[in-house]
Amino acid sequence: MSGAFRIPSAGRLSQAKTARFSFDGQSYAGIEGDTLASALLANGVHLVGRSFKYHRPRGILSAGAEEPNALVEIKRDAARKTPNVRATVQELYDGLDAQSQNRWPSLSFDVGAVNDIASPLFSAGFYYKTFMWPKAAWKSLYEPKIRAAAGLGVSPDKPDPDHYSSRYAHCDVLVLGGGAAGIAAALAAAETGVRVILADEQAEFGGSLRFESGAKIDGQDGFAWAQAAVAKLAAMDNVRVLSRTTAFGYYAQNFVGLVERVSDHLKTPGRDLARERLWQVRAKRVVLASGAIERHMVFADNDRPGIMLAGAARTYLNHYGVAVGKNVGVYTANDSAYAAAIDLKKAGVNVAAIVDLRDNPTGPVIDEARALGIEINFGRAVIRVGGKLRVSSMTVQPKNGGGERTIPVDAILMSAGWTPSVHLFSQSRGKVAFNDETKRFVPGTYAQDCVSVGACNGTDGLSATLDEAYAAGANAAKDTGAKTAKGTKPKVDASESWSRGMLGAAPGAGADTTVKAFVDFQNDVTAKDIRQAVHEGMRSIEHVKRFTTNGMATDQGKTSNMHGLAIAAETLGKPIPEVGLTTFRAPYTPVTFGAIVSHARGPLFDPTRKTAIHPWAEAQGAVFEDVGQWKRAWYFPRAGEDMHAAVDRECVAVRKTAGLFDASTLGKIEVVGPDAAKFMELLYTNPWEKLEPGRCRYGIMLREDGFIYDDGVVGRLAPDRFHVTTTTGGAPRVMNHMEDYLQTEFPHLNVWLTSITEQWAVIAVQGPKSRDIIAPLVEGIDMSDAGLPHMSVREGKICGVPTRLFRMSFTGERGFEVNVPADYGQAVWEALWAEGQKHGAAAYGTEAMHVLRAEKGYIIVGQDTDGTVTPNDAGLDWAVGKKKADFVGIRGMARPDLVAKGRKQLVGIKTRDPKVVLEEGAQIVEDPKQAIPMKMIGHVTSSYWSENCGRSIALALVAGGRDRMGDTLYVPMPNGVIEVEVTGMVFFDETGGRLNG
Amino acid sequence: MAKAAARKTAPAATPSVERRPALTGRSTTAAAVKVEVLPPAERISLRAPEASVPALSKALGVTLPNKPKTSASKGGRTALWLGPDEWLVIDEAGNDPLADCAGVAALHSAVGISHRNIAIAVTGVGAAATINAGCPQDLSLDAFPVGAASRTILGKTEIVLLRTAADAFRVECWRSFSDYVFTFLSEGSRDAAA
Amino acid sequence: MLLIRCPYCEEERPELEFRNAGEAHIARSANMAGETDDDFEKFFFIRSNPKGIIYERWRHMHGCARFFNAVRDTVTDKFIMTYKAGEPKPSKLPGVGK
Repeated sequence: MSGAFRIPSAGRLSQAKTARFSFDGQSYAGIEGDTLASALLANGVHLVGRSFKYHRPRGILSAGAEEPNALVEIKRDAARKTPNVRATVQELYDGLDAQSQNRWPSLSFDVGAVNDIASPLFSAGFYYKTFMWPKAAWKSLYEPKIRAAAGLGVSPDKPDPDHYSSRYAHCDVLVLGGGAAGIAAALAAAETGVRVILADEQAEFGGSLRFESGAKIDGQDGFAWAQAAVAKLAAMDNVRVLSRTTAFGYYAQNFVGLVERVSDHLKTPGRDLARERLWQVRAKRVVLASGAIERHMVFADNDRPGIMLAGAARTYLNHYGVAVGKNVGVYTANDSAYAAAIDLKKAGVNVAAIVDLRDNPTGPVIDEARALGIEINFGRAVIRVGGKLRVSSMTVQPKNGGGERTIPVDAILMSAGWTPSVHLFSQSRGKVAFNDETKRFVPGTYAQDCVSVGACNGTDGLSATLDEAYAAGANAAKDTGAKTAKGTKPKVDASESWSRGMLGAAPGAGADTTVKAFVDFQNDVTAKDIRQAVHEGMRSIEHVKRFTTNGMATDQGKTSNMHGLAIAAETLGKPIPEVGLTTFRAPYTPVTFGAIVSHARGPLFDPTRKTAIHPWAEAQGAVFEDVGQWKRAWYFPRAGEDMHAAVDRECVAVRKTAGLFDASTLGKIEVVGPDAAKFMELLYTNPWEKLEPGRCRYGIMLREDGFIYDDGVVGRLAPDRFHVTTTTGGAPRVMNHMEDYLQTEFPHLNVWLTSITEQWAVIAVQGPKSRDIIAPLVEGIDMSDAGLPHMSVREGKICGVPTRLFRMSFTGERGFEVNVPADYGQAVWEALWAEGQKHGAAAYGTEAMHVLRAEKGYIIVGQDTDGTVTPNDAGLDWAVGKKKADFVGIRGMARPDLVAKGRKQLVGIKTRDPKVVLEEGAQIVEDPKQAIPMKMIGHVTSSYWSENCGRSIALALVAGGRDRMGDTLYVPMPNGVIEVEVTGMVFFDETGGRLNG
Repeated sequence: MAKAAARKTAPAATPSVERRPALTGRSTTAAAVKVEVLPPAERISLRAPEASVPALSKALGVTLPNKPKTSASKGGRTALWLGPDEWLVIDEAGNDPLADCAGVAALHSAVGISHRNIAIAVTGVGAAATINAGCPQDLSLDAFPVGAASRTILGKTEIVLLRTAADAFRVECWRSFSDYVFTFLSEGSRDAAA
Repeated sequence: MLLIRCPYCEEERPELEFRNAGEAHIARSANMAGETDDDFEKFFFIRSNPKGIIYERWRHMHGCARFFNAVRDTVTDKFIMTYKAGEPKPSKLPGVGK
């Protein structure tokens, strides 16, 4: 037997398949198809959690996604612990392990419940008022304590071992909500042949047909009709049916985010199955069929376990075969709760009494309840309840006062009416409109190509709903260009109809009382709190919301918003529409980070780019550094070497014999066309027209504002072909910058740009022995200084593969950059390495490259420049074509501030103590004795130990730097002031003779 | 390797070193789809104004398509429309399109990118679903028919997508992104049966 | 995620393929070097940043790679139309009053 409260004759679950589960360590039996909530109720368990602020005992309120109370932790293993799972949504599987939250030491005895007694202290705005002083205590004391005491579950502390998938999908008609309305709309649209997606958050389609025992469609029980209709839809090629799938966000142009819970309901999910799947759907038309959510009655102690929504009690009975009590009371202000009483009575549950706030309502359900012998009390209110861990009685009083009567009950089913779920409509930027007659907000002005149908549109009655939904589905399909449907509209044979209800606090919880009548269960907000917020000066509903936190919990006020609004409006003495509704925002229900991130974790968090030569460097034990997305060999430590020793050795080797460096990541762009030189003239400061084919030039690119944007060596391969190099990090934006000017400013030029960064692997061979290393492998290129002078380029072969061989240097030594097609990169490197070994060459990494170029005063854009440095500031005036009429940046460079005296200029810096290496970024001052804050006149941009110079070297941007040669300046650091001398930027081989050495 | 050696305009000296393409031979098979790295091919990025298209088409032996999101294929050579003056020409038959364009006098830019790109085949009933794990385009046969080609996005990278059959795609990406793209497609393929 | 019609690809494509490139119809002077400080300031620094209709540049970065122009309403975030780079600023906007 799967629980004492299971009624074998009721419900749709098969009793055959038992699933055992545990809650707070206690083992129970449930049935496959149960939710955790229905299985707990079947075992008579109502107490499932403690409330957020007051730690009040709480039970199961609902049977769906709106649940504010029954939040539990589901544990599969040490790493798979999910907090804040709604027990009403979690499907049962054999072995499910659930724990209650926010209680210590146990659920039935919770020390934190002292907050309930001290509750006058914790009224609305309490945190804002109390924890203001001292300010410093907020971070260290108050916030951690409050977070520990109040709160939801505990986040898992291990990496999430599950995987999550994502899918972009497109359809003509997206139907959100799989109740009667959604199914009818989907049928109508699908029959036309257009692409349809139908999604519902429940495991089974049907929506309110799960509990509406009075609904008959096409001659069948409503729920059975829904299953048959969905099976028919699922079998159609043009339809995708998604159950357990919540539309959580409705974004621009009918872009809807949905999360499908793929395996949380399975006992053993299997390794290949994603836990959740994120669907990002673009729909031509959206049909919103999101239904309505029942509201609770706002009365004293309405949060006691055993008090729940009437529709939920009906769902537990009619779908899960569970009676929520043996002796239930009903408290209502509308008809739908009568149906719950009738169904329970017929199933053999005693209905102690129906308490109806209305004076003399009439209708078939009331007649039926009366005929079944249920006691009905009109014009009365429940003003008090007995019991703490479980409701034990309800005290009833005429709503205008008078004699009280206490009725023993073990559950109270309540209904204040139904709130249309306009969340997604509102997220779509649609404007809701208040219907004064029915007292509800319904879709008003639409902002996107969508339509609302059924209960979420304020449409009452199954027949009207199906008419509206079927027509809307057909119209949506037609709008996308579909032909008229051939199908037939489902026919309603029997249905239920519900009247309205009430908003706000019930009698006995009015302004003259101090009772705890909860409006928002999850955030522990009472009717009194909302009144207090108004009394303290909150006028806007947005302020009331933030002050009280009403509707701000993870349930987003699905049950509480309308009550809160009505109480605020009443206190303000304004009609509801004038007070207005707070904005609905995504997500509709909480979404896991896993689903949002989906594939983008681990190796797919971001692309990791590796060069063709990477495997060789890895095998050599290179240490890599991240440069943008690239992994670059940083240094190549040999046994026993630390970074400094390795870098020193690499730097010395390059100047003594030779070094090999993987420069493949440098950006490369091929500029081709008869106007290539003209284009280069416009994009770079340098002159290009007269550069001979076969020669290279160092180019500087500016932005229009006159500041350095990028630099690199450019080789002219032919009159109409340039091989342009860029910085590693700058490659994509330089390409974009060039394309921008070419396409939009200089479209008359016949020239095209192609990224060849990844076509060519680049091996820099630098040092006095570099030519000796390369020459034996090269064919068809004269390697002499006359045949291949410094700053020239030739096409030929190396190791039998095509090469673009540059004679250039970023070290100040004789140097070459060997470009070979990328797939040959590693093999050519290995061949060069073998040659290099004959001469004692070393492989060097990016750190040595940085040191070597700094020894020569060569700048690195982005390190020695920061977007506010002009060519003149960087000492690169020589690279600006003085006779040019135009280039990007020509005018910006001439702006008054950019030519003013005293600008920061790039200079060399030597510490007085040659052993001291400055910190990059350190600030420079003239007078170290001045008061703090000191006047900073510059900062260090590059700083290294130079083994080749036998001392530290640095580059710095210093105000008026070039007029300070030889001056002494100071670098104040935490451990003392460092004295430095301003020098030229070249620290090694000032004459440059080694380029041909 | 074999194809490179068989080029019409074979270099005088054959390479004395080994060609090592990225991800050689990598493949993975899931329930509904196979993801497989394709062998090297010859490729050029071709840029040209409209007036040059006939001459280039003739030289290449394949008519350069002029409609967005289309491709044309002939004799192992496929030209993909990437932009109004841009085509990706892929030759899988071992012939060199760069050499074929070299003799064309009409205005154009042809740049060899055989080593820049690598290709991954995604085949099977779940092929479109696999790619849609990270590609935001509509890959239904109506919107992206056989022969359709487009530069687009996969996850956090750029790819060029060519539909070679109802349930087969060729995904081209840059060499250094190939590991990411292959891994992404492998992950997508695990979920493609849904 | 927005859908943006690329005038070169002649269809709407997902925003992920595009990149915004700032305000449109700001011409670079043919005599750049001769611009006054005031004119350069207007050209380089001053942007209209309107509430409502904006003319802006986009690039179909991960598509056809073309730059083009778009008219967008900054209040509703809706695209009114797109057109090719170099085409004049449209005098009439579809569905926009006045």
